[in-house]
Amino acid sequence: MSSTLDQGAEMSLLHIQNLHLSMHSFEGDAHVLNGVELKIEKGQIWGLAGETGCGKSITGLSISRLVNTPPARYLDGQILFNGRDVLKLKESDMRQLRGREIGMIFQDPTTNLNPVLRVGEQIADVAYEIGRIAPEILGLTATARASQRKKAAQKLGVDMLERVGIANAAQRARDYPHQFSGGMRQRVLIAMALVGQPKLLIADEPTTALDVTLQAQVLKLLSELVSSSGTAVLMITHNLGAVAQICSHVAVMYAGHVVESGLTQEVLSHPQHPYTRALIAALPKPGIQRGTLSTLPGRVPNLIDPPPGCRFAPRCAQASHECTLAVPALVGKSDTHRIACVHVQPEVFA
Amino acid sequence: MLHYIVRRILLLLPVLLGLSMMVFAIGRLLPGDPVLLAAGPNATKEEVAALAVEFGLDKPVAVQYWNYLTGLLHGDWGRSLQSRGPVLEDLKVFLPATLELVLAAMLIAVVFGILLGLLAAVKRNGWIDYSVRLVSLASISMPRFFLGLLLQLVFAMWLGWASLGGRFPLIASPPPLVTGMLTIDSLLAGDLPSFLLALQYLALPAMAMSLSPLATITRMMRASTMEVLQQDYMLTARALGIPPGKLLRKYVLRNALTSTLTVIGLYFGWLLGGTVLVESVFDWPGIGLYATKAIMMQDFMPIMGVVLTIGTLFVTFNLLIDLLYGVINPKVRLG
Amino acid sequence: MNESQAWARAYYRLRQNWLSLVGLVLVVFLLVVALAGNQLAPYPEHISGSVDTAMRFQAPSSAHWMGTNEMGQDVLSLVLGGARISLFGGLAVVVLAAVVGTMVGAVAGYFGGWTDEVLMRLADLKLTLPGLILAMAVAAALGAGTMNMVLAISLSWWPGFARLVRGEVISKREEVYVLAARALGAGSVRIMWRHILPNILSPIIVKMSLDVGFAVLTVASLGFVGIGVKPPTPEWGLMLSTARGFLPDYWWTAIFPGLAIFLTVLSFNLLGDGLRDVLDPRSRR
Repeated sequence: MSSTLDQGAEMSLLHIQNLHLSMHSFEGDAHVLNGVELKIEKGQIWGLAGETGCGKSITGLSISRLVNTPPARYLDGQILFNGRDVLKLKESDMRQLRGREIGMIFQDPTTNLNPVLRVGEQIADVAYEIGRIAPEILGLTATARASQRKKAAQKLGVDMLERVGIANAAQRARDYPHQFSGGMRQRVLIAMALVGQPKLLIADEPTTALDVTLQAQVLKLLSELVSSSGTAVLMITHNLGAVAQICSHVAVMYAGHVVESGLTQEVLSHPQHPYTRALIAALPKPGIQRGTLSTLPGRVPNLIDPPPGCRFAPRCAQASHECTLAVPALVGKSDTHRIACVHVQPEVFA
Repeated sequence: MLHYIVRRILLLLPVLLGLSMMVFAIGRLLPGDPVLLAAGPNATKEEVAALAVEFGLDKPVAVQYWNYLTGLLHGDWGRSLQSRGPVLEDLKVFLPATLELVLAAMLIAVVFGILLGLLAAVKRNGWIDYSVRLVSLASISMPRFFLGLLLQLVFAMWLGWASLGGRFPLIASPPPLVTGMLTIDSLLAGDLPSFLLALQYLALPAMAMSLSPLATITRMMRASTMEVLQQDYMLTARALGIPPGKLLRKYVLRNALTSTLTVIGLYFGWLLGGTVLVESVFDWPGIGLYATKAIMMQDFMPIMGVVLTIGTLFVTFNLLIDLLYGVINPKVRLG
Repeated sequence: MNESQAWARAYYRLRQNWLSLVGLVLVVFLLVVALAGNQLAPYPEHISGSVDTAMRFQAPSSAHWMGTNEMGQDVLSLVLGGARISLFGGLAVVVLAAVVGTMVGAVAGYFGGWTDEVLMRLADLKLTLPGLILAMAVAAALGAGTMNMVLAISLSWWPGFARLVRGEVISKREEVYVLAARALGAGSVRIMWRHILPNILSPIIVKMSLDVGFAVLTVASLGFVGIGVKPPTPEWGLMLSTARGFLPDYWWTAIFPGLAIFLTVLSFNLLGDGLRDVLDPRSRR
């Protein structure tokens, strides 16, 4: 188990370096992740944006090592969480991270809760397991008995449900998932993900399955909860609006590669990468004329037989021969704004 | 919850009534004249006529049914020609033996079926898929009586590990009668040697009966477990740190069990009616053997008694399964 | 997709499913054996009952591949001869049960209301009663003979088909083409026969193929108990029953008929299982 520390710099909470992942399928091996670069520090709220199929969900799952490695294969790179490479850990060590250090929320609240178990029980289960690793969360010491832990876990679960805004939490904990509305269920899932006080929360499309009003509520809840605890967030989404709403930082992905990343303000107001520009330009804004919605020509590349070098080149107006030579590295003067494009000089923008 | 239970139990009554009507109809419709049989070949016309009156066959059908039904409820299930005694008494002797056999067989099938099914689903690869399918098809294709004979051949005759037939050695003294099931009665009396003896005799016939349900339960368990493993909530539970042991036990098992439960209920009923041949092979004195002898002699009252008993037990057991369903799956009782 | 394309696709999928192909081959083989049993048997006279007491209890040899039984009869010939009864008996049972069950189910499903209630309650109750024992009782009461045995078993078998067909008819009853036919003045029977029935044929065929194996098993079971067929007719179950007394010394008298039953049922089950995967879209693996 090797740990790579950034020379001279403080250790980042999460540092994904040059991650390559290949997925085996009937038609062939798809090169799904093509050198992903991402650095998340404590307290930052990152949005990971991109179209469907660009690899953002798999990146999220990889952090918690939830991708099944028979069909998938990590070709290169590392995922450093607090300096430890997640890809090289033993499964038992990984389990200690899950829930306690890394929390996760998935997209669809209807299918992400076990229908035959009471809600309170499901969140208590998570709290119980975490209590084994870190008894202080439950307010106990390491010598506590299982029955004590169970009770403490149940209490913590109810407390957490209250914090996410579920009224009558103690009573509602005895209900089953189908007795909750969609928005409530998503809150329950958020509660489950945060009960272990994780350092990093990965939210995969947390608002996509909800209607607009609920979306706003959930996002607000998320940002409130993490601001008080200093939890870092990685929100995976295709909705730039949500990113603009709560994210401090954003990384834009295309075909398995992060093409632009940095402070949300910077990236969204001064996008440098052609893809980011096209994405933002495609957003409908108030006041535009009918019929002038701009779209991006071409289609996403075939990942089994991807184009050489920069994968966006085939659709890019500024593409040149240089683009096909190698995948551009994500570079920038500082971490506040980095771009992966050979045509953009880092010195041009501040 | 209580509401659900009461409702289901009340629904049971018309079903049982219908059962009794059907059995009555079958009894009357079976070709062959019970009166002549009961009277014997040498009876005179007057004796036959008198017997017909005694059997109540001169009255209209509805009255006959009413008499039959009231008789049933009062414990008069007719008389058996072979034992020359009341059918109900015969049933009290023979039914526990069959129940013991069926319960033992289902125990084997359920325990091993669930375990094997879970295992096969968790450790999946192409070869296991095929072999599970083939083995389970082969298992249900195997005739029970042939399997019984094979088991006898191998274990009793060649290896001498088990006995050939019967329930208990003639020279040994059985435990005091409580349920009529020798294994349970021995345990209740704290009589370990008797328990082991009874088990030795029960083993082979129970194995012969258990193969078919074992195969089906394994297959169903495997299919539903695989389905559950794909569900989103499994990923969430895993992502939040729930360890694999607990995952399997609490999160997979309950969800996967529901469809298997229905099969278990059905099989119980089928086995009850299907012990005939295995009892014949192993000389197991249960209702299957009792019914067979009655059929050979065209003795109707025992046949009807057996059929009614099995039907009633089947319906009751399925009710229990339904109730269990309600416990496991909250949507059923709340929704 | 039209009819012939659907069948072609079904055939393609069946071919991919090699276990079922094995079943198909075996079933065809068995049918041939059943039809031509007497010609294929090395000692056809034994099938009709002649004995050869000098050759009693011969172990399997080149002269008698499966040995001889207590009456000197060649076991192989008897097994081949018995194929006819078991196979055709099983097939007859399923066909009869399917026909009766379909009629009952169609009437119940199409007309609904009281007819439906009464018929289905009847079928449901029937299903709770022990089929084997009832079949045995009826067969014994009717007397010896293959036809009686088939009749007796079918009596217990039809409710399954009735329920299946009822469900299918109910789902097809409200389809547009049925309403159209009714609007054009077609009578109920005609609608059921010409319009609904052809469309629900495949689940019926799937069930039939799945049931044949067990029907054969039931025929053999009755033979084992001694009901239905009488000696000297060679019936596998009957042969097994007589052979019981000769174990373990003369094991071949029991093993071969038993294996015959097993292989026959297995072949039909393999085929039926494959057919279900192919014809029933909601196939369960």
